[in-house]
Amino acid sequence: MTDLTDLTIAEARDGLKAKRFTATELTEAYIGAVERGRSLNAYVVETPEKARAMARASDERFARGEERPLEGIPLGIKDLFATEGVHTQACSHILDRFKPAYESTVSANLWADGAVMLGKLNMDEFAMGSSNETSHYGPVTNPWRRQGSNATLVPGGSSGGSAAAVAARLCAGATATDTGGSIRQPAAFTGTAGIKPTYGRCSRWGIVAFASSLDQAGPIARDVRDTAILLKSMASVDPKDTTSVDVPVPDYEAAIGQSVKGLKIGVPREYRLDGVPAEIDALWQKGIDILRDAGAEIVDISLPHTKYALPAYYIVAPAEASSNLARYDGVRYGLRVPGDDIVDMYERTRAAGFGEEVKRRILIGTYVLSAGYYDAYYLKAQKVRTLIKRDFEAVYANGIDAILTPATPSAAFAIGEKAGADPVEMYLNDVFTVTVNMAGLPGLAVPAGLSSEGLPLGLQLIGRPFDEETLFRVGSAIEAAVGTFAPAKWW
Amino acid sequence: MSVDTATVRRVARLARIKVSDEEALRMTHELNSILGFVEQLNEVDVTGVEPMTAVVSTRMKKRQDVVTDGDIPERVTGNAPISDDNFFMVPKVVE
Repeated sequence: MTDLTDLTIAEARDGLKAKRFTATELTEAYIGAVERGRSLNAYVVETPEKARAMARASDERFARGEERPLEGIPLGIKDLFATEGVHTQACSHILDRFKPAYESTVSANLWADGAVMLGKLNMDEFAMGSSNETSHYGPVTNPWRRQGSNATLVPGGSSGGSAAAVAARLCAGATATDTGGSIRQPAAFTGTAGIKPTYGRCSRWGIVAFASSLDQAGPIARDVRDTAILLKSMASVDPKDTTSVDVPVPDYEAAIGQSVKGLKIGVPREYRLDGVPAEIDALWQKGIDILRDAGAEIVDISLPHTKYALPAYYIVAPAEASSNLARYDGVRYGLRVPGDDIVDMYERTRAAGFGEEVKRRILIGTYVLSAGYYDAYYLKAQKVRTLIKRDFEAVYANGIDAILTPATPSAAFAIGEKAGADPVEMYLNDVFTVTVNMAGLPGLAVPAGLSSEGLPLGLQLIGRPFDEETLFRVGSAIEAAVGTFAPAKWW
Repeated sequence: MSVDTATVRRVARLARIKVSDEEALRMTHELNSILGFVEQLNEVDVTGVEPMTAVVSTRMKKRQDVVTDGDIPERVTGNAPISDDNFFMVPKVVE
């Protein structure tokens, strides 16, 4: 019998249904894999007893023939999602010992569909980072290594624990979140698939807030079908989130394998950047060729404001973060450092509790929102955002069904490699993904090949609002041509 | 636009984050790097452009103004670093 942790979610679902193995056996296989994979630092908390109890309940459901869509499927949950009674700290020191008295809507949806929780996954502190190096719990190790090298690589971020755990088979799938690329960039760095759905598709209720107009939850999984299966359960219309949009959740899995014949795929010329390695361009061309061979029509398109998305993001996101993170004051939850008076207590608590990157973004955000600068920075950035959105609207109005771009400007890099004096160097990781958040559109990262050093590289598909189905359809066509990718086990 | 160390100290005070002299100096360089990066937005003409307020045009949802939850003070204060009899405890703020 093959190792149960090698099965995709779809395969595990079939195996459980056919009673080839039990939910308890599947869960035990993952609990063992999580223990043996501790050196990767993907999990910050393991919940094996909870997992066992949930798996037992799933087996009882199977025995009664009452199984639900994700019955008995073991998942990892990013530490940004509130999980009742279980460590939820956004991997920050300032949320020390926080155990919420409530469950996030997205994770509650997964449990209601029968999924099993293995634990909480590592991430950049408050989802601010592109390498998982800003976590209070230390960096995550990418299970992928360069050919002939033992150098430790980053899994990307901020959902680095989610991506690494999925790639290393430490969970069948994982929840993640994406504010500027935090699902798609780590998926690309680990050879996994990940989708950021349209803003408003998944409820943000119970997810620790970073930049509220950009944050969206989505899944990371081994293949495109598994991301479709997970998104169907994660997405919902939620009265507890006023930005949750009243659109029914379709059966995303039905889009997998549908022909792309006749679809118009846009290729934006502004995504050809100087200094991007030739193999990224070659990968992009490979994606174009695959879709053309499958019968899609490739159309050269222009998104003229692309280059302004990242600078505008570094105003909007820190501004919203500085406001959202004002709640961490040492009074209601988490860390508290005593001071001479209440202001001194606030200042000492926040100085000790926040890491360097988080402080940097709070200060930038406070500055751009401060008296006299609001119009010059925040308002201007929000106007630029309108222009970025209009670029996409014009292209879709011309009949484009989806847009194909690279997911990242490089393969995974080494821990410490981009820890220089200039924070902007790290920010450039999100140059291809951030436009999608600014416009609120859905974006799917799908693995498409390996670099010359043997590291995974991903392509990104950008869709119309609430048309995730076309992304699953096109993504599965790319996957059908290139296959899926798994790291050689060394840990 | 760029900031000096005094501005960084003022902003840190507004944000209620204590910074040492050394940190203020380092953050001044880092913030100027970011502010220099976002400077390129000056190239964009936004005359007559409305700021984006929602990514999908929807009507703001309204809910019934009724009590849906409550009477759980021990759960509300359960995560407080210091609490007493379901009150959050803070240093004295009124003389």
